[in-house]
Amino acid sequence: MWLRVFAILIKELRQLSRDRMTFGMIVMIPLVQLMLFGYAINTDARHLPAGLLDLSATSESRAMVQAVSATQVVDFVAVYHSVPEAEAAITAGKVKAVLVLPADFGERLARHPQSQRELHASGSYFAAPVGQWLVDGSDTVVASAIRSLRSMPLAEVLGRPVTDSVPSLEVVNYFNPEQRTVVNIVPGLLGVILTMTMVLFTSAAIVREREQGNMEFLITTPVRPLELMLGKILPYVLVGFIQVGIILGAGHLIFKVPVRGGLDSLALAAMLFILASLTLGLVISTIARTQLQAMQMTVFILLPSILLSGFMFPYEAMPIPAQWIAEALPATHFMRMSRAIILRDAEVMQLGFDALWLIGFSVMGIIIATLKFSKRLD
Amino acid sequence: MTEFAIETHGMSKRFGELAAVDGVDLAIPKGSIYGFLGPNGCGKSTSIRMLTGLLRPSAGDIRVLGETLPGAEERLRSRIGYMTQKFSLYENLTVLENLRFVARIYGLRGARAHTRIDELLSLYALSGREGQMAGSMSGGQKQRLALAAATIHQPELLFLDEPTSAVDPENRREFWERLFDLCAQGCTILVSTHYMDEAERCHGLAILERGIKRADGSPKALMQAMGARVVEVGGDELRALKQQLVAKPEVLSAAQIGSRLRVLVSNNVSDPIGWLGAETGNRPMDEVRPSLEDVFVTCTGERAGGQHVA
Repeated sequence: MWLRVFAILIKELRQLSRDRMTFGMIVMIPLVQLMLFGYAINTDARHLPAGLLDLSATSESRAMVQAVSATQVVDFVAVYHSVPEAEAAITAGKVKAVLVLPADFGERLARHPQSQRELHASGSYFAAPVGQWLVDGSDTVVASAIRSLRSMPLAEVLGRPVTDSVPSLEVVNYFNPEQRTVVNIVPGLLGVILTMTMVLFTSAAIVREREQGNMEFLITTPVRPLELMLGKILPYVLVGFIQVGIILGAGHLIFKVPVRGGLDSLALAAMLFILASLTLGLVISTIARTQLQAMQMTVFILLPSILLSGFMFPYEAMPIPAQWIAEALPATHFMRMSRAIILRDAEVMQLGFDALWLIGFSVMGIIIATLKFSKRLD
Repeated sequence: MTEFAIETHGMSKRFGELAAVDGVDLAIPKGSIYGFLGPNGCGKSTSIRMLTGLLRPSAGDIRVLGETLPGAEERLRSRIGYMTQKFSLYENLTVLENLRFVARIYGLRGARAHTRIDELLSLYALSGREGQMAGSMSGGQKQRLALAAATIHQPELLFLDEPTSAVDPENRREFWERLFDLCAQGCTILVSTHYMDEAERCHGLAILERGIKRADGSPKALMQAMGARVVEVGGDELRALKQQLVAKPEVLSAAQIGSRLRVLVSNNVSDPIGWLGAETGNRPMDEVRPSLEDVFVTCTGERAGGQHVA
């Protein structure tokens, strides 16, 4: 049995090393994607284009505009003179938000609680906001960035210290104190890239031999389906580890993503996920009739793996049915494990459920692929 | 025990409405080279696929090397060899890598595999090409490599599906020499072809048309038992003469060969020369020995022409 597995494994590695395109993809896919996503995906919005509608035009209002600019959340790129004009600019997408400072800005500022030297015991004074943000609320990231400006301190505007309001609850950010998105993206990207390449490679594995006419010979030999499946999977485990190395190495060097957990834990988790993805590809390959179909099915798996696995959006925020679908995808389980190990220094033992799930998935995948594969042509 | 390598009774395969193979009986003796002769789509490949266990018959009994199919496919795998119609080794592997792969698949390893591969390389004139990519080889070289791979485990029974369709005549001759070598070593060979000269080399032959076995026997016996006689007619305006003759029910076929017209006259006509002389005027004509092509035409013309052949 192992001689035949070895025969297929050697053959696959040889063919892989001759296929320059695929060989290049093994290295280039992780690098390009890491650069793309590492730089491009950023959920802390900065430098949003904004407009200004200053109806008061006083030194106080100019101080206010400067204080807002200083936060770097928005860049003022346009000045408007009426509310309809500002609204039209937002509709046209020229700016994401417009800061409206009313004509009585100075008066409102003086009455604002932050400008009171001491709190009125009664608290019954008239308190109104000093200005207003008109926001393109269709983009929730933009909306929440502007919302963070709602209670900005007015100290700089008033030119003196103010009575700071005390937050109700203090927040301590563990593991990513600077709140850099890339720290969360890179371990997740590990799962996305491995899903893509691993499923893609093996989904073509069986169907390619069928299309190129090799299968008719192979199925008249004594090779057994399980031997064929193992021989097809094992070489790509190596490929998977190369990619893990590339992503983590480049992520660490370029984006300063810390690798806190043990490499042994990470290797084990990656191994389980690689096996699960490869068997998923193999199942596709035994179902698909052509390489094109295999490719289409791969994309069908890839999209939910990106969108539902917790890579883009927190798993906990999704509705329950979406969570069920996510649970079924190997990428979800690996996403949890890789973030836990890389960022929180967790051990595989603490992630037993996800590890067992991936093992179960791989075993089921091999069984299904072996049973689906028939050594007949009818 | 059994002296037949292959025995079938009523072997049939339907694909939906189409009967690709329809009630074929075969009895192929061990140690012989047996041919399937027929045009494309006559059921040659489908028959071979049923006999190798790749397709399950819709009806009929099949016994290969004493084992019953379907059911004993896996036991037979190491006893049979199969060379597919299309080159089915890996084009992006070298000659040596392909042979090593196949050797391992058949469980050959170490010194035994090494010796066997060396033997095959020199037998099939592939020495010196070990490092060449299979995809860059000529049709004849590919075919020799495929035969080497199909016989690496020294099978008792070898199936060859149109092995010489991409090969020039000289390589074909060489190829058949190798087949007779294998046969002399005790291997039974079943080969499908649509070349008459190849069919003529076989010990036994089945002529297939539209899934039905039209005739079988040795090429010589088939020629002797043919239900028609062959007359070659000379003279001018042979094309017009051909048109005139093929319209007659007594004429099974007429085909021009150089400056002569080869006419197959049904056995219903007792004196073909006299009958043809009356039909064509006084042209030069001789009765000649039938060829396998004539046998093929009489057998397969049966249904198309609607004439009865004795």
